[in-house]
Amino acid sequence: MYTQGLDQAGYDTGYAQDDAALAQRFQARVDAEDKIEPKDWMPDAYRRTLVRQIAQHAHSEIVGMLPEGNWITRAPSLRRKAILIAKVQDEGGHGAYLYSAAETLGVARETLVDQLLSGAAKYSSIFNYPTLTWADAGAIGWLVDGAAIMNQIPLCRCSYGPYARAMVRICREESFHQRQGYELMLALCRGTEAQKNMAQGALNRWWWPAVMMFGPSDRDSKHTTQSQRWKIKRFTNDELRQKFVDFTVPQAEFLGLTIPDPELRFDADTGHYEHGPIDWSEFDAVVKGNGPCNRERLAARRTAHEEGRWVREAAAAHAAKQALRRAAEAR
Amino acid sequence: MANDPRFDYALHLADNALVLAQRLGAWVGHAPELEEDLGLANLALDLLGQARLCYAYAAEIEGRGRTEDDFAYFRDEDEFRNCLLCEQPNGDFGHTIARHFYFSAYQQALYTALAAGPDARFAEIAAQGLRETRYHVRYSANWLVRLGDGTAESHARAQAAVDTLWPYVHELFESAAVDRAASAFAPAPESLRSAFERTLEATLAEATLRMPSDDWQPRGGKDGRHSEHLSYLLAEMQSLARAHPGARW
Ligand SMILES: [Fe+2]
Ligand SMILES: [Fe+2]
Repeated sequence: MYTQGLDQAGYDTGYAQDDAALAQRFQARVDAEDKIEPKDWMPDAYRRTLVRQIAQHAHSEIVGMLPEGNWITRAPSLRRKAILIAKVQDEGGHGAYLYSAAETLGVARETLVDQLLSGAAKYSSIFNYPTLTWADAGAIGWLVDGAAIMNQIPLCRCSYGPYARAMVRICREESFHQRQGYELMLALCRGTEAQKNMAQGALNRWWWPAVMMFGPSDRDSKHTTQSQRWKIKRFTNDELRQKFVDFTVPQAEFLGLTIPDPELRFDADTGHYEHGPIDWSEFDAVVKGNGPCNRERLAARRTAHEEGRWVREAAAAHAAKQALRRAAEAR
Repeated sequence: MANDPRFDYALHLADNALVLAQRLGAWVGHAPELEEDLGLANLALDLLGQARLCYAYAAEIEGRGRTEDDFAYFRDEDEFRNCLLCEQPNGDFGHTIARHFYFSAYQQALYTALAAGPDARFAEIAAQGLRETRYHVRYSANWLVRLGDGTAESHARAQAAVDTLWPYVHELFESAAVDRAASAFAPAPESLRSAFERTLEATLAEATLRMPSDDWQPRGGKDGRHSEHLSYLLAEMQSLARAHPGARW
């Protein structure tokens, strides 16, 4: 998931500056499905692309803690509260592995976090939508983690070793989240009328944003090919979106919920669901910073960072003093 | 049966754990560092787990079909038997750490005694909780040391936190009705104080912090007389469940 902004960022191949023979050997290894490891030679543009993608993904995990975290204190049962805390904690853990994967490419976590807080770096636009009811916590697990899995399973085979390995672990947890989210929705749909309405309301709000998570349509996204040649990306945005829709529509039917798309229909010839037109102007607005919660999400991250500064400084100062004391004892 | 002293005692243990877990849960996503988002979530999850075991035991003793969620969501503030310390606001990270250190050092002494006590269920819950509580003491003591020893600012904030929360420590070690009724199977709170103070003194010394000396000793939480903070905490925690009575989630 979480990599939609990439397609709009533009690439340069960077091959001109690099030694042609190294570049050729690199591409041959990628073609042979060899994993590229941190110490291996790689084109600058490959490195930059990966840093941007992994950082964006990491930031999305971190910002993604906020919308669901919004319901931790109000979860309606102790069991649900424990599941939700553990889920939000998992997302934080994903952020931590991904920052570590980015660090293997020579960029410090601090630098990346600064880029997030300054607004220079992007994160998935889905997290700029509000969680208005408890059902939103279920809809996020079901739809957002569900869309993330579609995007991320191919990344387990990404050519860059540390990213691919991080994705294996992350995917396992995301599919667990997806099932828990769906189970939450199922409980609502089998509950009272009010609970069922809550579930339908959440689906109404999250469906289109989830469909947009895969990024611009292939017709408008010119930069997929280089990433595919590098085996960072394996499928196009529209291919992944189609998989998601095909997978999710029957689940909504099982819940007894209505997908908010009057044009949605099953095409018996292709075996796929066809969805109605996507409102890309909404997507563009959210990506540009004008979604319902962009400002609040960034403000929350900045506040946590600023209010935590004295704590981080204390930890660093204590560690430095300890090191001095140990050195003095050794003398 | 409801007059069984184990019922009230189980609720008392559960309420302490739940109310503190509720406070800690509010940090997740807002902590000073990603590692602390994960760490505070762990503390919250451990306490929530302990609360659920104790509510389950209370439900069994009572035998009227009430569930953990009935206890957590459908009792009013004056029915909660948690100590005042647990309901105190998060404040800055230093206050959260000081509150947690006080509570877990107390809980470590309590669980150690309960684990060796005559009630098999409390002993089992305490033995399991003790593994977690030892980690909580380490986590919060390590942070208290980092903050106390760190910078001038962190030292001042840590001292303020330790001082502000100190008055609420006394209630932990005073017998209330729930403790007196439990004397056959639970330790007298007074008997836990010396173990607590050993942990406290060692940690404060390492953290270069002064022992607090405030002699104000607020009490009443264990009898259901709380600070103003608890009703807000419960209003938030219970709002959704109470808006849909009888619903299953
Ligand atoms: Fe995640
Ligand atoms: Fe997830």
